[in-house]
Amino acid sequence: MIPSVETIAALVKIGLLVGGLMTAAAYLVLVERWMAAWVQDRKGPNRVGIPLTKIRLFGLGQPLADGLKIILKEDFTPSHVDRVLYNAAPLVILAASLAIFAAIPFGSVLPPLEIEGLPDPVPFLVAPGLDVGILWVFALSSIAVYGVLLGGWASNNKYGFLGGLRSSAQLVAYEIPLGLGLLGVVLAAGSLQLDEVMRQQAQSGLWYAFTQPLGFLVFLVAAFAEAARLPFDLPEAEQELVGGYHTEYSGIKLLLFLVAEFLHMVTAAFLIVILFLGGWHLWGVTGAGDEIGWSTALLRFGIFSGKILAVILFFMLVRWSWPRFRFDQLMNLAWKVMLPLGLANLVVVAVVEEFRPQMAAAWGETASGWAAVGLPWAVFLVGWITAGILTPSGTDNRPIRPRLLRDEGPFAVEHAMLGRTDDTYAGSAR
Amino acid sequence: MKPTDAAVSWIEEKPLGLTERLYLPLVVQGLATTARHLVSKKVTVSFPEERPTVGNPLIYRGVHRLNRDQDDRVKCVACFLCATACPAHCIDIVATESPWPDREKYPESFTIDELRCIFCGMCEEACPVDAIELTSLLDLTGKSREEMIFDKEKLLSVYDMTKDAEPMKSDGLGGTL
Repeated sequence: MIPSVETIAALVKIGLLVGGLMTAAAYLVLVERWMAAWVQDRKGPNRVGIPLTKIRLFGLGQPLADGLKIILKEDFTPSHVDRVLYNAAPLVILAASLAIFAAIPFGSVLPPLEIEGLPDPVPFLVAPGLDVGILWVFALSSIAVYGVLLGGWASNNKYGFLGGLRSSAQLVAYEIPLGLGLLGVVLAAGSLQLDEVMRQQAQSGLWYAFTQPLGFLVFLVAAFAEAARLPFDLPEAEQELVGGYHTEYSGIKLLLFLVAEFLHMVTAAFLIVILFLGGWHLWGVTGAGDEIGWSTALLRFGIFSGKILAVILFFMLVRWSWPRFRFDQLMNLAWKVMLPLGLANLVVVAVVEEFRPQMAAAWGETASGWAAVGLPWAVFLVGWITAGILTPSGTDNRPIRPRLLRDEGPFAVEHAMLGRTDDTYAGSAR
Repeated sequence: MKPTDAAVSWIEEKPLGLTERLYLPLVVQGLATTARHLVSKKVTVSFPEERPTVGNPLIYRGVHRLNRDQDDRVKCVACFLCATACPAHCIDIVATESPWPDREKYPESFTIDELRCIFCGMCEEACPVDAIELTSLLDLTGKSREEMIFDKEKLLSVYDMTKDAEPMKSDGLGGTL
C-alpha cells in the first residue's frame, strides 16, 4: 500500500518536530548551564567543541558529551522497585510530552507547494484542523503528571514518593488557574484551535497579553508551576528530596525524565507565546493573512522561534532570581490568589465580549475599543492591589521574642546599676 | 548564648509595606539583579591559558625552593630545623662536613616529598638562615611519584627559575656571610 501524500507530509512534519525538539532540548540544557554560570559570574561550559579536534566553538559540543555520558552510564534498577511501573514511568512522561506537540503549531503556514493531494497552504502543524487543539494539549499535559506519579510510586522510596505526592498536589492546584487564564483567551478568540488563536491576534494586532493582563499573569504563574520550574520546583527540591520523583532513576531513564521536564518548559513557552504574545505576529513586519511568499513564511517562523526562545530565557533567568516557595505558600498562592484573579479575568473578558456590540453602538467604535482594553487593565490593577493587601504574606518565620531578662529577670539589678532603662532598648527590642 | 541574654537585642522586622505586598515590584528587583550579573565581568580564570593572579606572593605557600647565597652556593647549613618542624615528615636531609670555611655543615642531599607536603610553611618559619622558602608557583604536577620527590638540584633550580620574579624574602639575613 502506498501511503497518501498527506500521511507522508504528516510523517515529515513529525520527523522535523521530534528531531527539532530533541536537539532543542539538548541545547537548552547547554543554555540553561550558561545562564546559571553567567548569573553567578562564571563563564560556564566553553571547552567542548568538535570531537577529536581542538576546535572549541564556545562549548557547542557540550550537549553531545552530556548525552553520551548519561547514555553510557549504568542503567541501574534497584531491587525494591515495582519493575513494570518503574520502567513505564519515563516512557509515559516522554511520550505524553512529545505527543502534546501534535496540536501545537510551530510557525504560520508554508506558501502553496502545489503537490497533488496536499491542502494549500501547508500549516506548520502536525495535526492541522484539530478542533480540540487546546483540549488535546491540556489532556496530555495531565497525562504527563501520571509519569511523575508512576515514577515516584514505583521507586518505593520515601523521597521519590514525597516528590510524586507534592507534584500531584501542585499540578492539580495549578491546573485550575491555568485553565482559567486559558478560558479568557478561548472566549475572546472563539476557537479551540491554537493556530486560529494566533491568527485572531495577528488580525486585530492586539495580543491577548495586552487585552487580558490579569489572565496573562495568572497563566504565566500557573505555567511556571505546571512546568515545575523555580520558584515552584518543589517536586524535586534537591535540598529536601534528593531528586524527588526521579531519585531512584539513573542512565537513560533519568535522561528521559530530564528531557520530558525540559519539554514541559518548552511547551509552556509555546503556549505563552501562542495564547498571549501573538505567536508569529509582529506589528508591521509579518502581515496577518494566509497568502504569503517564502520570505514571509520564514520570517514568521523566525519571529515565532525568537519569541519562544525569549520566554525560555525568561524562565531560566527567573530560576536564579527568586527562592523556592514553601509548600503552604504555594497552595495559598494557587487557591487564595490565582484562582480568584483568574475568575475576575474570566468575568471581565466575558463582559467585554458580550457587551462589545452594544458599547460600539452607544459610544462609537473608537471609544468602545478603548473601553475593551481599559476595563481589563482596571480590573488587573484593582485585583492585583486587592490581592496584595488582603492575602496573608505567610513568610513570618521569626521566633517568638522571649520575655527579656531585663524586664524583670535576675539581671534587673545589674541593668539598673549600669543605668539601663527600658528607654535604652527602645529602638531595638520594643 | 541564651536568647534571653541581656546582650541580645531583639530587632523587630518592619511590617511589609504595600510595595512589598504587591510582590511584582520585588520580582522586578530580583530580575534586575540577575540580569545585571548576567552581563557583568566574569571572575572565572580559564586556567591553562590564563594564569590566576596570586594576591601576595610573599605569603603564598606554593612549591618550595632552596635559596643560593652570593657565591651561588646552597644557603642551607643542614641544621635539620625544617625537618624537625615539618608535621608531615616530608623533608629528608643528609648532612656532611662543609667544604667552605664559613660554616660547619652543608646538605649533601636535601629531598622534599612534594606529595607528602601539606604546604603549611613551617619549614620556612623554622629556617634560621632563610634557605628554604615557599614560592607562589601553584601548579605542581607530575606523572609519577618519583618525579614528585624533589632533590637538592631540583629545589635549587626552582630558585633559579623564580629568583627574578620573587626575590629572596630577606636578603640580608642568614649566617653565611
